[in-house]
Formats: sequence, structure tokens, C-alpha cells
Amino acid sequence: MSESVKNVGQPMEHDSALAHVTGQALYVDDLAEPADMLHLAFGRSTQAHAKILSMDLSKVRDFPGVTAVFCAKDITGKNDVSPMAGDDPLFAEDTVIYHGQALFVVAASSQRIARKAARLASITYQELPAILDIAAARHANSRLEDTQIMSAGNAREAILSASHIVSGCLNTGAQDHFYLEGQIAVAIPGEAQRIKVISSTQHPSEVQAGIAHVLARASNKITVEVRRMGGGFGGKETQALLIAAAAALVADKTGRAAKLRLDRDDDMAMTGKRHGFEMSYRAAVDEQGKILGIEMDLASDCGCSTDLSPAINDRAMFHADNAYFLPNITIRSERFRTNKVSATAFRGFGGPQGMMLIERVMDHIASEMKLDPLTVRQRNFYSKDNNITPYGQQVHDFEIPELVEELVKTSDYKTRRQQISKWNQGQQLKKRGISLTPVKFGISFTTTFLNQAGALLHVYRDGSVALNHGGTEMGQGLFIKVAQIVADVFGLPVTAIENSPTTTDKVPNTSATAASSGSDLNGMAAYIAANTIRDRLEELIISKHNCTKDQIVFADGHICFPGGKMTFAELAELAYLSRISLSSTGFYATPDIFYDRKTHKGKPFLYYACGAAVSEVEIDIATGESRVLRVDILHSTGKPLNPAIDLGQIEGGFIQGMGWLTSEEICFDDKGKLTTHAPSTYKIPTAADRPDYFNTALFNSKYEEPKTIGSSKAVGEPPFMLAISVHSALRAAIADARQHKDFTPLNAPATPQNILSELLAK
Amino acid sequence: MVEDNSIRFLLNGQIVCVTPDDPHMSLLQYIREQAALCGTKEGCAEGDCGACTLVVGKIIDGEIKYRALNACILLLAQIHGCEVITVEGLQGEDGALHPVQQALVEFHGSQCGFCTPGFVMSLYAHYRNQLPNDRQSLKIALAGNLCRCTGYGPIIAAGQAMYGYPKPVEPDSLKILQTITGTPQQDERLFAPTTETDLQELLQKYPDAVLWAGGTDAGLWLSKHLQDISSIILLGNIPELDFIRDDESGLHIGATIRYADVIELCADKWPAMGEVMRRIGSTQIRNSGTIGGNIANGSPIGDMAPMLITMDARLNLASAEGIREILLENYFLEYGKQDLRPGEYIHSIFIPKPARDIIFHAWKISKRFDQDISAVLGAFSYERKKGRINNLRIAYGGMAAIPRRAFLAEQALEGTCADDTSIAQACQALIRDFTPLDDMRASAKYREQVAKALLNKAFQDNPVSLATDKYQYE
Ligand SMILES: Cc1cc2nc3c(=O)[nH]c(=O)nc-3n(C[C@H](O)[C@H](O)[C@H](O)COP(=O)(O)OP(=O)(O)OC[C@H]3O[C@@H](n4cnc5c(N)ncnc54)[C@H](O)[C@@H]3O)c2cc1C
Ligand code: FES
Ligand code: FES
Repeated sequence: MSESVKNVGQPMEHDSALAHVTGQALYVDDLAEPADMLHLAFGRSTQAHAKILSMDLSKVRDFPGVTAVFCAKDITGKNDVSPMAGDDPLFAEDTVIYHGQALFVVAASSQRIARKAARLASITYQELPAILDIAAARHANSRLEDTQIMSAGNAREAILSASHIVSGCLNTGAQDHFYLEGQIAVAIPGEAQRIKVISSTQHPSEVQAGIAHVLARASNKITVEVRRMGGGFGGKETQALLIAAAAALVADKTGRAAKLRLDRDDDMAMTGKRHGFEMSYRAAVDEQGKILGIEMDLASDCGCSTDLSPAINDRAMFHADNAYFLPNITIRSERFRTNKVSATAFRGFGGPQGMMLIERVMDHIASEMKLDPLTVRQRNFYSKDNNITPYGQQVHDFEIPELVEELVKTSDYKTRRQQISKWNQGQQLKKRGISLTPVKFGISFTTTFLNQAGALLHVYRDGSVALNHGGTEMGQGLFIKVAQIVADVFGLPVTAIENSPTTTDKVPNTSATAASSGSDLNGMAAYIAANTIRDRLEELIISKHNCTKDQIVFADGHICFPGGKMTFAELAELAYLSRISLSSTGFYATPDIFYDRKTHKGKPFLYYACGAAVSEVEIDIATGESRVLRVDILHSTGKPLNPAIDLGQIEGGFIQGMGWLTSEEICFDDKGKLTTHAPSTYKIPTAADRPDYFNTALFNSKYEEPKTIGSSKAVGEPPFMLAISVHSALRAAIADARQHKDFTPLNAPATPQNILSELLAK
Repeated sequence: MVEDNSIRFLLNGQIVCVTPDDPHMSLLQYIREQAALCGTKEGCAEGDCGACTLVVGKIIDGEIKYRALNACILLLAQIHGCEVITVEGLQGEDGALHPVQQALVEFHGSQCGFCTPGFVMSLYAHYRNQLPNDRQSLKIALAGNLCRCTGYGPIIAAGQAMYGYPKPVEPDSLKILQTITGTPQQDERLFAPTTETDLQELLQKYPDAVLWAGGTDAGLWLSKHLQDISSIILLGNIPELDFIRDDESGLHIGATIRYADVIELCADKWPAMGEVMRRIGSTQIRNSGTIGGNIANGSPIGDMAPMLITMDARLNLASAEGIREILLENYFLEYGKQDLRPGEYIHSIFIPKPARDIIFHAWKISKRFDQDISAVLGAFSYERKKGRINNLRIAYGGMAAIPRRAFLAEQALEGTCADDTSIAQACQALIRDFTPLDDMRASAKYREQVAKALLNKAFQDNPVSLATDKYQYE
């Protein structure tokens, strides 16, 4: 059964590309508004930590155009929009725990009126001491959970007996998702207490369950739908519920459709960001630069609530080894609660912070031992014999050594490193730096039960196919990839497959589209559903034409079998007339993974996604300004499902990572108010920041693993961390400017100010 | 066409005629909420993301000039008599994609797609003006459009390919546009005078009215701060303020001249100024924002003032009483307070012709090169006679509550050979000259360090700047 033209593996354009460029792609705010719809806005706290003594909302209510105002006491069910811990109220009750927290929601005839009215509340607070950074949280012992320890071998002993020790600190900043489409939901009341919610969310099932809790209603009364998001990046995984729940509450109370679209400032102040980390390390190394033992301390600012912080901090620990064999290791991870907006999922999910730390260690060792940092990295790579991670999983089919070797050649790393060193000697005012860093990223949710997915597939009598699955489309190309998979099962062109919006009443109990696993999980579920239908169709042909299964070929829109050929549409019609079901669900659960969180041991990942990047940068040593000059990336997506989509994810992820490490700085004032709450003050990379020399290639993987569709690998998150090479190169340039006086630390983001401060450090 | 007070313009080829309930309605509100053209998006409502970019054609010297603008901070009334093209208006009658759309599809230029209509329109403006599509030009054209998904590579590639497709026939709208007359004047909430005399009368009658040039500052008061403004006076319809005169005495710039109108002229005369101007806002902002507005707002971090102060620029302030000329540096009194009397407005800026061998430097330091507000802007002008520094003027933005000269530093250097000692003394003097701002853009300490660094640069033979130096990969 060989299919002639395959869809899988082709660089197909995004299924919505045409709709995107013509402005026809509909986002939640673009949908025709039901008559009488209410527009909502949140009233927000202006204190980071305070008791609410009184809340007078009469001026809000009386503002012309306002229909209603609701707050905590109006909630019939549970006042909670947290993913699990129960510590994220929809509206503050008697205490506010971060600046910007929702206090109430205003419903009015227009968004402008609602926003204006929301500012008229008169609230009196009794200020409480606010914890605004990790130091203060440590001092107050304000923690989300116990310090978690992951260890293997005996790090302490290795350090005590070693002749070379390197130690240091590294801080990495928070990051705003800055999805271009802000958070939004529309809730439409229906009959019999039903509510339909159209939400820009990566996790419709959680939005559904959360609304059911808030309204004290069964989940089957709530339907949540999402066709597409204007970007997510993890920011619409748990955070979308706050918005959707407020809209649902208003729709339920008033019986009118309600739309809540956060203005950009509200969005940035009220929704979570990447965790800021403060880390330190102490490593014992041998003459070769090999790590004999290492202790790492990771402390994160989780903000005011639990959200997904335990799993995110776990993932930081899982990636503190990156590509390196660390036989004697102790990782201590502290999770602090502060009075800031709760930190949440963001592309990489803690992985980037852990990886930054070990890559810093590599640079430090190289500096200490006077070696090329690349050599140190290579000497520490996992290998055939040294392949056990700190959490006990074996690293199989490790692509990195080979991939790095190829990248060293294609990027001309060695010659360029020498040239740069020479160039720097002749320059008083500018310095350059270059660095190669690898990425090994574990694929699967580390919370094992989340690794499941469902799909629902219908074939209609005319042979057209409607595809639905639990994954959501946020630009990452999930829909086209899954459609390619399904099209191949039926030998159809991908255009025959219609993607329908993700909807909780089609596929229930889904996991978030997150952890890069969207196409692994949903692709497999859809593949299973499609094969169920194909099996039925094949049986039909076998029964009518007396042939065997392997004599039937589905290709080019036709089905061929000994003695016959028909179009897919004819076969569908035949199946219908023969009373064969043309609809199926598909369900997939990732096999063979497990994890014991008590001991931090197990096999949490199905496989690892790998890549590496070389970045070259330049700094102005008088002002601390910097520029990325050239980037070379080699990244593996296994046997790619869609190389065009994958390249897009790689480059986009890289630039986003570059922003995290350079120009994107989240600032709070001393009252805990976010001061970088709009693009005027929060600077993500622009087109002008993309280096002209930017070479991206997919690694031609020889491994048949993993057990995924067509041996493809996930691509959403891993490339983000390729940008660590930028930060590492910046540090190298500064170190050169300082003539390697001592080891130069550099925190992230490396803004001009932070770079200059290192350049001028005594 | 009837002479009424409606706002009239061409929208994707159709004449529309609107009298909005709220005369301060933004063009974006109109496009999305009333015209139901939802391709144009709102990503920030403050001119910073480009999701709301559309193209506006305006008759200038008998032909239509097309420019990309941000609809979120543009008043509907500002586009009276213009042609507005949105993403929905690009496809041919047969539905064929415009080359920029086709290229974006083929080069995988969209992922989530939310930024895409804005990019389409920025590229379309570029295409319509047949501007060079090398990487550098495209980056300048696109730096005002944020994309969080693609990393920009495919979008730039699409721009590089767009001229390779068959060129569509664009309808000529000149004749129709010429039929639109009258002004968009509404009630007392919005005036659109067409002569300075009318403007002066209005200002006498409504001294608290807000003057509205490009609206790239004032637009945010409505879109972000949700202010109620009692009345707005549009300056964009007064030809007497819309002029550039380059003569023997120097350069005269009318108050409503946009950056885009003079950037090339300034860059020719003073390359350093051209470079800073190129980094003010984005293409969309430079297409709308005026130099008059940049000065009038009195901002301590506005980019033009420090440069113009070192060039000894004058302001012509006009009112019903007549015109008075003042030194620009005397215009800024204290934070939020300028030497502008009731009934007065900025008529024009005058930059006297500098001495022939003047050395002029200006550097803008910000977290991000493009589309960012300065942490510090340093401007320097001097002559070197027999090695000695003469007529030195140094001014900074971001170093005080107003853009200001560094008098003590100037004193320390004037007449010296700008040797290391004098420069060090000048750097010391800078500390006494200023109390820099301290905020999320930069700490006071960094501002001070950078101010000194720029002062050093100003006397180097070949100062470097990462913002301008082109990277030649050897
Ligand atoms: C995204 C973005 C980026 C920006 N980037 C920069 C930047 O990099 N550097 C920078 O310096 N600025 C920047 N700005 C600020 C702004 O664009 C400039 O200051 C611009 O020059 C203002 O001109 P305008 O015509 O738009 O002013 P308007 O908004 O129309 O007016 C500004 C103020 O000046 C008053 N005014 C205008 N004209 C006159 C007049 N003739 N007489 C008296 N009063 C008058 C108005 O009443 C108002 O108070 C940016 C703004 C945005 C939105
Ligand atoms: S909405 Fe962001 S620039 Fe207009
Ligand atoms: S494609 Fe998502 S923001 Fe550009």
C-alpha cells in the first residue's frame, strides 16, 4: 500500500495563510456581535498587598452606559480560576495579593465606557507588607512548596576532592508573552442554563471546567470553542480562564452576550509571565574541563499563586543538565511566593532558565581552564556510556554530538572564532563575541496523565472530511500538520480535509496545547481515528471485491484494488449506502513514560528534541549597546511533518528567545506596580533586530526513533533556547573587552545598561 | 458632492460620508466597529505594534501620496478628503491576491496571522511607492510592525520577492478624491480650520482647545488614557503651516511638517540628525508625527529638541497678536511647562545655516534600536579651529526634566583642544549640569554613564555607532 503523493513531509503553507493575508481570518474580536452584547472591563487593585477595607462601586454603576457590576459576592460557585491549587480568585475578596488584581467586572454598552467606569471605583485599602522579590520572599520564608531536590551520585564529595572549582551566580528576568492578540472571550447564554464561550485559549477544557466551577454548574452545560489564537506561547494556557470566567459570569447573570477584551495594559498587568530566576552553581572540574560534580541552586519568583509553578520549576531542574552528563549532581529548587502577578507557562516552561545555568557553567569552565568553550561543551556531552540523566532517564539516539560537528563546519565556527579574537585586538571601541550552544529538550508533559489526546473525524457522503481534535491553533501550524497526517491515511489532498474549531463538545477532557506536544498527541489521535475509518472502508471493499487488505491502495483521491478503482467520494457514498459508520473518535496516550515526583526519578520524556546554534554579536563598549550579527542554526525535527512550518517555529522561537535575553525587561516599581505594561516600554525584537546573516537548516536525522508519527519531533519550544548562544556570545565579547581579567558574569536580559555595568565593573 | 460637515473619504474605492456620534472617534474604531472591516487589528492602541496599519492616500501637489499609518491613534476626522485602503481592499476584482499577499503566502510569512494584515499594509505602502526592497530598506519599513511568531525572516523574504510578481493595475482615485471638498469640522468638539487666521480666532475663543497635529502623542490621550477632550483643533488642513523653505538664511520648517517629509533633506545636511530621525518611532509614526508636535509637547525625552538646540534653532510662535521668535532652548521652562502663551501656537522652526565646517554629532541610546524612546539623546555641535574647540554646544534629552544644554560641560571644553583632561573635566561637569531621570527605560546611573560616553565619542575622530554601522561580513 504505497501512497504516491504524500502530504506528510511537504513544506505546505499554513492552512489559514490565505485568510491571514486577506484579513479574512476571524479572531474572537472579529466575530459578528450578537445584538445587545455587553462589553466588559475589569476593575483592578492599585496595591500589591492590602486588606480591602471598603469598596464603593456606586460611581461605577451610575456611569452612563453601565448595565451591571459584579464582584466576588456575586459568584454562585467557587471564586477560583486556578488550574489546580485553588489560590487564584476570579475577584479578590478581602485581600489583594498583587497590583492589578481583578476586583470586579463592569458590563456596559461599549468597551470604552466599561473601561472608563472601571476607574471610578472608590476603594480603601489597608496596606500590608508586600514581598516584591526573591530576597524578600526568602527572608519572609514565603514559599509555594518545599524546596525540591533532584540528585544523582555525590556532588558534595566530588567538589570537596576536586582541584578546580568554578562557582558563580546568574539571574534571568521575567518575560511577557506579548501575543499580538490580547486575551479575550465572548460568552453567549443559551437555553436551560447553557453557556457557549468563545475564548482565545490554549486550554478549552480547563476553561470549560473552570467556568462550570465558578457558576456551580455541570460541565455539560458549558461549551468552549476556539478556532485560532493570535499567538499563545503559554500565556493562554491557564490565563485565559480569568477572562472567560468573568465573561461567562456576566452572560449568566444578565442573560446577554458578554465580551471581555483586555486592553494591552490590563493584559500585561493582570496576566502571568515567565518566571524570573536567581541561580548559583558550584562545579568541580578536571584538567580536561569535564564536570566531576556540580551543585546548582535555582530560586524562582512564582508570583502570588501556585498556577503551574511546581511543574515549571521541575522542568527547570530537568533541563539543568541540557546536553551534558553530570554524574554527581545536586539541584536544589526553591519556589517563592511574592506579591506580583502569578508567573505562568511560557515557551520552554522553566527549561530555558535551567539551561541558561548549565551553559553559563560551561563558559565559566572554559574561561577558568583556558579552553574553547565549545571544547568544554563537547567533552561533557552525553555519550553512549555516559547517558543517564540526573532524574534517571537514559538518553537514547543522542543527536547532538553529530549535529554540533556539522554545525561547526557549516558555520565555520573555528575560523570565525579566531578571526574575531584578532579583530577584537585591533578595536578600541567595539568588541565581538561568538558562541555555540546546544539544546536538548525533553518532550512530554512531565505530569504523566496529561499525555493524552482525542480526535473526532467525520467523512461525509461526498468524500469531504471534517477533522476535529483537542489541539488548538495558535499559529504553530498544528492544524495543517494534523490535516496532512489524516489526508495521507485516505490518500487525499490536504485541501480535502476541513479543520473545524476546537470545541469541548466534540472532543472532551483534553489537555492544553502545550509542552510542544500538540502534533505528537493530536496527530496520533487523529491518525488513529482516520485509520479506524479506513479499516472499515477496507473491510467493505474486501467484502465486495474479494481481495486482501494489502491489495488496496488509497492514493491521489482514489482507491484502487484488484479489478477496480473508485474515487474516495464514491467509496464514501458506497459506505453510507452499506450502512457503515463514517465517523470515528481517536484516542492516544503516550506509552512508556512515568515519573515519581517524590524522588524526582523516572522516565518523564518520550524523547528529546535537539538542536544547536552559533551566534556572533557585537557590542559598543562605551554605551553597552549590542547587535546580533550572524546566526547559524541546525535543528532536528526528526523526519519533519512539515519543514516549512518547522523552520518558521525555529526562527520565530529563536528571535523570541533573543528578546528574552536582550531587550525585553520586565520592571516593577517599589510599590509592586508593573511599569513596563505596554509596547512603548516593553521592547520585543523588531524586524530590524533580526540579523541579515541568518542561516537555518534542519538536521538530517538518521534515527528512526521516536515512536511518533513518521518519526517526527516536536518543535514548538526547543528552538527558543537556541538563543542562549546570543547571551553567551555577548558575555564573551564583554570578557574580551575586559581582557579576561576575571570571569565576567552577565545577567539576563543583557540590556545596554546591564552590559555597560559589566563592562565597567571593578 | 454636497458641502456638509460630514467626514468624507474613499474607503477601499467607495466614497463614505460619516458624521460620527463621537467626533473624536479613531479611524480604527470606525473601520472595525462601523465599517465592519475586521482585517485591521488592535494590538496595543498606542501606535507601537502596527497591527492596525493601513494605507492612506492624500493629494499632495496634484498627485496622491500613499503612506502607512496607525489607525489606532488617528482621528477619523484626520482622513477627511483622503483615500483609505485596508487589507480587504487589496485583492483584484477577480479575487487575485496582491503581490505582497501572494509573496507572504509563498514565503510562509504568517503564523498566528494576527500581525499579518498590518505587515501586508506596510509592505503594500512600500510596493505602491515602489521603494527599494533590499533588506535594510525593508527593515526600516517594517520596524513598526511587531510580530511575535515568525522572527521576521519570511516576511522580509516576501518583501524581497514582491516585485517579482505581475504588477496589478491600481485604480486611479485622484479624480474622485478631488471631488471631496469642505472640512471635517464637527461641532464644538472638533474644529478643522483651513487658514491661520481661522486658527487664531479659534484659539482666542477656545483657549483650552487641544491642538492636534499628527496626533501621535495626543492620540494616546484618547485611546489609552480615555480622556474626554472638550475640543480639538486639527492643524492638518492649514497650508500655511505645511511648508519647508531651504534658503540662504537656513532651513525653515512649518509646524505640521512630518518627519517623513524632511528626513532626507536633514540627512543630506546633517547625516547624524538624519540617522536619529530615522529611528524616531516607526515608518507609520514618522508618516504622521510632526516636528512641531515633538517640540510642542515639551517632553524631556523628545528626540528633536536636543539636536535643534545645539543647532541654535528658533521657534516662531504665532497668535492673533502676531509672531514672536524665541530661541528653542528658551522654550522649555520646566517639566510640563513651556513658553507658550494663551492663544499661541508653534508656526515654524528655523534652523540657521551653520558655519561651513561645523561638526555635528547626535546619538540616541535606547533598549532597542528601532521604535524605542531614548534613554539618553546626546547632541553636539562645534567647530575646530587650529585644533581648538569653538562654539561648542552640547544638549541632552533624558538627563533632566526638560531637554537642556550642558552649560558647565561646554565651559569645560570651549577653547580647549578636547584633550583627555578637558574631556574628563567636562564629564565631571556633566554631573553638575544634570539630574538624570531614573525609570524603566534606564537608571539615573546608566544615563549619566552614557552621557559621558557620548561626550567622549563626540570628540573622537571616527566614533562608532552600532545603530548606524553596517555590518560587513568578511
Ligand atoms: C509608537 C510611538 C513611537 C514614538 N517614538 C518617538 C521617538 O522615537 N522619539 C520621539 O521624540 N518621539 C516619539 N514619539 C512621540 C511622538 O511621535 C512625537 O513627539 C511626535 O513628533 C509628535 O508629533 P505629533 O504631530 O504627532 O503631535 P501631536 O500628538 O499632534 O501633538 C503633541 C502635542 O503638541 C501639541 N502641538 C502639536 N502641534 C502644535 C503646534 N503647532 N503648536 C502648539 N502645540 C502643538 C499638541 O497639542 C500636543 O500637546 C513616539 C510616539 C509613538 C506613538
Ligand atoms: S494597535 Fe498597535 S499600533 Fe495601532
Ligand atoms: S504571525 Fe503571530 S504575531 Fe506575527
